[in-house]
Amino acid sequence: MALLEVKNLGISFGGLRAVDGFNVNIEKGALYGLIGPNGAGKTTVFNMLTGVYQPTVGTFTLDGENLTGKSTLEIAHKGIARTFQNIRLFAKMTVQDNVKVGLHNHVKYGIASGVFRLPGYFKDEKYLDERAKELLDVFGLYGERDYLASNLPYGKQRKLEIARALATGPKLLLLDEPAAGMNPNETAELMETIHFVRDTFDMTILLIEHDMKLVSGICEEITVLNFGQVLAQGKPSDVLNDPKVIVAYLGE
Amino acid sequence: MKKLLTKKNLAALLLIIAVYALLVACDQFGVFNRQSKALLVPIGINIMLAVSLSLLVGFLGELSLGHAGFMSVGAYAGCMFTIHMDLPMAVELPLAMLIGGVVAGVFGLLIGIPALRLKGDYLAIVTLAFGEIIRSVLNNFSVVGGAGGLNGIPKYSNYTIVYVVMVITIIVIANLVHSRHGRAICSIRDNVIASESMGIPVVYYKLMAFVAAAVFAGIAGVLYGHNLGILKPSTFDFNKSIEILVMVVMGGMGSLPGAVIAAIVITVLPEALRGLSDYRMLIYAVVLIAMMLLNNNARFNEFKQRLFSKRAARQGAKLTKEGE
Repeated sequence: MALLEVKNLGISFGGLRAVDGFNVNIEKGALYGLIGPNGAGKTTVFNMLTGVYQPTVGTFTLDGENLTGKSTLEIAHKGIARTFQNIRLFAKMTVQDNVKVGLHNHVKYGIASGVFRLPGYFKDEKYLDERAKELLDVFGLYGERDYLASNLPYGKQRKLEIARALATGPKLLLLDEPAAGMNPNETAELMETIHFVRDTFDMTILLIEHDMKLVSGICEEITVLNFGQVLAQGKPSDVLNDPKVIVAYLGE
Repeated sequence: MKKLLTKKNLAALLLIIAVYALLVACDQFGVFNRQSKALLVPIGINIMLAVSLSLLVGFLGELSLGHAGFMSVGAYAGCMFTIHMDLPMAVELPLAMLIGGVVAGVFGLLIGIPALRLKGDYLAIVTLAFGEIIRSVLNNFSVVGGAGGLNGIPKYSNYTIVYVVMVITIIVIANLVHSRHGRAICSIRDNVIASESMGIPVVYYKLMAFVAAAVFAGIAGVLYGHNLGILKPSTFDFNKSIEILVMVVMGGMGSLPGAVIAAIVITVLPEALRGLSDYRMLIYAVVLIAMMLLNNNARFNEFKQRLFSKRAARQGAKLTKEGE
């Protein structure tokens, strides 16, 4: 059984069918790509998978558990974490605190422990600091842990978002255009990082991307969306040479 | 226990004792005249109000214009208790503060519920209406004295009691902000959607912040009533809420030391300018504007950072270098 099974997922906004009949099965440990021209409905799929939008039809299951119709919070607790196309960091908090918000549910100390500084507070905060260091080290951000997130350069903000999403300890990681706005060097570095994350954390990753080099370089399988419908599905080399896909991207 | 004895905590403890020692010394050696001594309790109460509102406005990022409402609810509840009970002060006042805090907390919860659905301006209107409704109800409620006010409250408050309660308030809120719960509250301020996607129970933390802020405002209200000996609904009007909000904004959003300093300045300033009679409010307004401008000045903020945090300053320098 695949980790994520999406069956016939669709959503309408009024008369507009933004996504229609979306099917995908993602195996555990896969690096899966979701591509398509602007407005194809890629981010809408992410928003449905994270409970921001409720799908009008269809279902999706994570690890065999039906999550359709659940709230953003419940889905986050069940193990789907995401990054955002337009970066949504906690801008006025430090880099380290951003990751520690992601780690929020890994410790259980209560309000009283926090307010009166009971032993549980120190034990748990120490654990959080160690976990945050591990994660920030992966992305080479530990040196900047006390910067405000908004003061980081753009590329590092994108990395911090991934680190924060990983901190929640998800089963499935959704990356919404992780390479947007990056130069070729940064993109190459990001590809390595994504690979590294998949291997070290044994993570399953679904990513939206426009950068064809990134997609064909790291994704094992991809789905192409166009006008809310699946255009092609399969290995990158096959899909990207599919005449239908070329027409969708470049026109006839 | 060892972990509590860090350099920073010891310094804070020394500061707390030193300020109190200074107050007592000034009192004993007659440095304070009657007017300035009468200001000590209001300063402490205003600090409590500013710090508790700061939790809502500065950390949760929700604009509340009804803080005087929470204060009045707590004040009336606590003072009604001491008027009708005949217990020694050492029992009565803590109990009154407890009752005032709990009653205000319940109202905090009631106001927190619409706050879950409203944002920004709309929430501000609801909290504003709440403050005004409370005031009109108190005005027309003969059991609590109506417009004439609630008389005969024993004058229990003195600067020692207020100082102790104020220090506890600051410590509780500062510790709350610097725990995982505080981080969750700040993350809601910075980005609700991201916060929820990270598994933060937004509903729970919004309500918690409203209740906590209301509880401390209520306790401050109880001390206020026991200082003056009389409570009038007209004191808890819109102006009072705005005054508290001004303290938070002037202190710099999300800065507790700033809120404390601003509370002191704004309490003392109108009194210090009393000699100027007609020009008093004019100068008060000019000073407020000047402080606002200063707070928005990049150079002044850099200076402040250097003053308060060496690590932050180092990074600031490093960032500028990278920028060059």
